[in-house]
This record gives sequence, C-alpha cells and structure tokens, in this order.
Amino acid sequence: MDFRHGEDPLLFQETLRDFLAKECTPEAVRATWESKTGRSPALWKKLAEIGATGLLVPEAQGGAGFDETTAVLLLEEAGRAALPEPLVGTATVAAPLLRELGGALAAEWLPRIAAGEAIVAVGHPVSPFVEDAHVADLLLLSAGESELHAVRPAEARLTEQPANDPGRRIASVDFAPTAATRVAEGERARALLAAALDRGALACAAEALGVCDRLIGSAVAYTSQRKQFGKPVGSFQAVKHLLANVKVKLEYARPVVWRAAWSVAQGSAHRGVHVSMAKLAACEAAALGVRNALQAHGAIGYTWEQDLHLWLRRAWSLEQSWGRSSFHLGRVRRAVLDDGLPIGPGTTFLGGA
Amino acid sequence: MAAITTTALRDGDHYVIQGQKTWASRGAFADWLFGLFRTDPSSERHHGLTFVLVPLDTAGVTVRPIAQLDGETGFAEVFFDGARVPVENRLGPEGEGWSVAMATAGFERGLMLRSPARFQETAARLVALLRENGAGIEAPLRDDVVRCWMGAEAYALETYRTVSRLLAGGKIGAEASLNKIFWSELDIRMHELALQILGDRAELLPEAPAAQGVGTWLDSYLFALSGPIYAGTNEIQRNIVAERILGMPR
Repeated sequence: MDFRHGEDPLLFQETLRDFLAKECTPEAVRATWESKTGRSPALWKKLAEIGATGLLVPEAQGGAGFDETTAVLLLEEAGRAALPEPLVGTATVAAPLLRELGGALAAEWLPRIAAGEAIVAVGHPVSPFVEDAHVADLLLLSAGESELHAVRPAEARLTEQPANDPGRRIASVDFAPTAATRVAEGERARALLAAALDRGALACAAEALGVCDRLIGSAVAYTSQRKQFGKPVGSFQAVKHLLANVKVKLEYARPVVWRAAWSVAQGSAHRGVHVSMAKLAACEAAALGVRNALQAHGAIGYTWEQDLHLWLRRAWSLEQSWGRSSFHLGRVRRAVLDDGLPIGPGTTFLGGA
Repeated sequence: MAAITTTALRDGDHYVIQGQKTWASRGAFADWLFGLFRTDPSSERHHGLTFVLVPLDTAGVTVRPIAQLDGETGFAEVFFDGARVPVENRLGPEGEGWSVAMATAGFERGLMLRSPARFQETAARLVALLRENGAGIEAPLRDDVVRCWMGAEAYALETYRTVSRLLAGGKIGAEASLNKIFWSELDIRMHELALQILGDRAELLPEAPAAQGVGTWLDSYLFALSGPIYAGTNEIQRNIVAERILGMPR
C-alpha cells in the first residue's frame, strides 16, 4: 500500500485550505450561526466553483470526478475551518448515492450538485434526524431498512430539532412513502443504504481529523502566549503532555481514515469494518482534543466569546453523525470476534480489488 | 544522553576511554559496544560527542551484568579504565556523534526495531486467547481486546504512511517519538488484558502444575513494562512531541 497522494488531490486540498482560511473565518462561522437557515448559499456557490460540491460527481456530469481517497483530504480541511455547510451530506453521501441509483434522478441532480445549485439531504436508519433537511431541494429518505425514497420538500413535513452545535441543523422528517417516491427496495436498497452509511461515517471521520488538528493548534497558540509564574504556560510539562497525547491519537487515526477511504473507493469486502475503525479512531482523537484543548485554555476556553467552542461543537456533532462510537465499536467487535475477519500480520489490506 | 561524561581522548591513532556506561542493552552477552563518548572535554551538551565502536574484549573494559525485573541479565554496566580503541572504529566524523546517535534512536523508537507485525501477531494471539477462554469473560474486556487489535492495525497503517513519506523524500525525525509512545503503551495494554483473561493462571510460572496453556504472557508482560522506559522514557518523548512537532515553548 502506498499512501502517497497524487499531485491533483494535494493541490485541491491546498486550494480548499487557502479558500476556507479566507472565506470561512471564525467570524464568518458565527455570522452563519446567527442566520435563519444556518447556511450560506453564497459560500456554497463558491465551494462549487472550486469543485468541492462536485468532488465525487463524475466529470461527465460536471463534477471533479475524484474518489474517496481525495474526499478525505478535503473534508479534513472542512473540519479545520469548522465549515457549517453540507459537504458531508450532499457532496460525499448524496452524490455517490445518486450516481449508484443512476437513471433520470442522477441525470437531473448530479449536475445541479456539482454546480452548487442543489442541496440533497439523506435520511438513514442510523441517524433518525436528517441534517440540512430544512434547506434541501431533494430528500433521499429510508423507509425501514429496505426502502429508499426520493422526496420533494413539499411532500415532507419537517420538525426542526435545535441542537448543541448551531452549525448542525437537523430535523425529524415525516413523509408518506408511495410507489411514486420509491427509488430502490429490497436487497438493492439495503446495499445502497449500507454504502451511504459507510460514506457518511468516513466523511465524518475525515472531518474529525481536521477538527482535532485545529483544537491542538488553538491550544498550542494560546498556551504559548498566556503567561503564569513568569513563563508561557505551554512551557510546563503537564500542559505539554496533555497536547502531546492528543497528537499521538491524531497521527494514529489519520492513516486509519486513509485506509478506510481506499477501501470505500475500492469497494473492499471489509469496507464496513475499515470505516468503523476510522470513525472510532478519528472521533476518539477529536474527543480527547476537546477535553485537553479545553483544559489547556482554562477558563477562557469555557466562554462563548472565545472561538475554541466552534471546534468543540463540531467534534460533538461528528460523534453524533452517521453512527456513534458504540455503534461502530459493535461492528468491529462482531467482525473480529464473531465473523472471523482475517487478522494478524499481512491482513491489513485484504479485501480490496 | 547529552549529559555524557565518559571521555574518549585522542592519543595518536587511538582513543583512550575513561568512565562508565550503564544500561548497555544485551551488554552481558555482547562482543561490541557502540556508543557516544565525549572527545572534546571542554564541550557541553550534544556538542563534542563522537560515536565509537568498542570491542568488549579490549584491555581496560569490565562488564558487569545487571539482572532485570524478569530475572534475565538483559543489560549491563560497562566500566572503561584507559581502554585503547583504534581511531578507525569511529562512526561518522569526530564531534558529530550526536547526529549518528539520533539517526539510530529514530530507528529504535519506531519503524525498524518495532515492526508492526510484532504487535499484529500479539493482537491476533490475544484474540485467540479470548476465543479459547471466552466463557465468562465480561463484555468490557471483550471490547478492550477489540480496541487493542485496532491499535495494532493503526500502528501497521502508520508504518505504511511513514514508508510512503520516506519514499516521497521525507526523513524520520521527531515523529519517531509518536511511535515510541504508541507501541509501548499498546504492548502493555495487550499483555494486561491477556493476564486478565488468564484469570487464576495469570500469576503462574510455566513450571507450575496448573499452568497448562498459560503460554509466555507473564514473561512478555514483564518485558513490555520496559517499553515506556527504554530508548528515552515516554515523558521525554512527550516533551519532544510538544516542543519539536507542536512547537510549544521550552
């Protein structure tokens, strides 16, 4: 396995990082929080212009035509900027789901996603609250475990559910499933929903890496300038070790996320367990980042005015999205202890093409 | 290591070594000792050090084995009293020993010495142990075993990433300190869990009549406990991570 990324993906990542550093500042995130929808159509349009909304849309439909190994690099940047836009739901879950559904639905919606003209929200049995349903132009909703429906906003009744992270806008969605809305059923629907879950969890894991990195960076910056006993508090070992521990977790989560991205892109037989390992590793790194970055900031980090909580809230949101840690640990436990997943030296990349 | 006081002073085409080295790994059975010596007595810290390869049968060298926690003589104290070593036994330039030692420490803390297969194999044996002794093992312990297996996989994946970075022209730098912290703590955790699963048999030596199938977990546990200490304690590694990777103030 070679983890070197190609020039194009790295350039795309750098472009998005620079773009978000300018366009998605903490002030901009706070302004979006205060807005009615919690979303910025202008920013979404600009994200489309650099290719981010269509990153997984085939070039023939106006997209950038990348796969998940590139998507995780971009989502890490979204996390680093605490971007409050539906990159996970629309760009990395809905777009490939539409591509796999194919037909008129894909032909209608994929070019619109790539152009930044449509937001498509996905409702999945693992997450009963649908993110971005309130701004969606199309809803892809499960009914039970084995039916998938394409629902227009006018056909659905939304109950918005205010949540801990003002950047996460979720709603309960009621709709009447009919033959007209049904786009897949039975085994096919189950396979599509399983793939959607893995893409959603992978995307959250990648975003959590960026959140964790930013939490470390904020704590390093703060403890380097805040003085106590005549020295920066960051010169004390007790503080250093708090942040070093987060860095260890982060660096041992990143390649787990990259391997999961490879497995999803390859359609590996072990895709699900690899994704669950990635979600666990990245969200646990971010969770330790939350605890230790907050501790390193002291009281100022516990205020609304300090920007730290933009990333604390992202970390909590990502843990809640596309399967919490207990769900993913359960998947890994069953694979390893009950289902005979091959383990030991030489098994790390089994199951790929 | 920067506080080294053992000197190797030039006398013609020889270094004359005076002083003492402690914690020489495998020193009790070794034929050679590779080490850092102060060749410039007026130097301080990491300056003025030279890497020299010393045959342990040289006159003036005395080796005293030290028994470890597990009873084995895994390391030794080595005394030098005017031991003469040819200048050609020097590795790298005189006074540049620190960078030679740092290169070897980078390998010691990760990648080369601590192959991922070693931890993946331990994790696979731990899973097998859980299966064999599965009845009566509580759910939290089962989850901890699964977490250890994930840790061993993460270690393997991080090694692939390091190798990819080296292929792209990168170097092994302070990142080796991240490895050292990760594998040494994972290794202890895996052995602690194995002893929990073994239950009453965990404390038995292999010769105990009831020790059947207990394997080498206890012995390896004692060895694993040295992991966070040798090659620079994990506290030192955390300082390195904080200062050299994160850029925190000294």
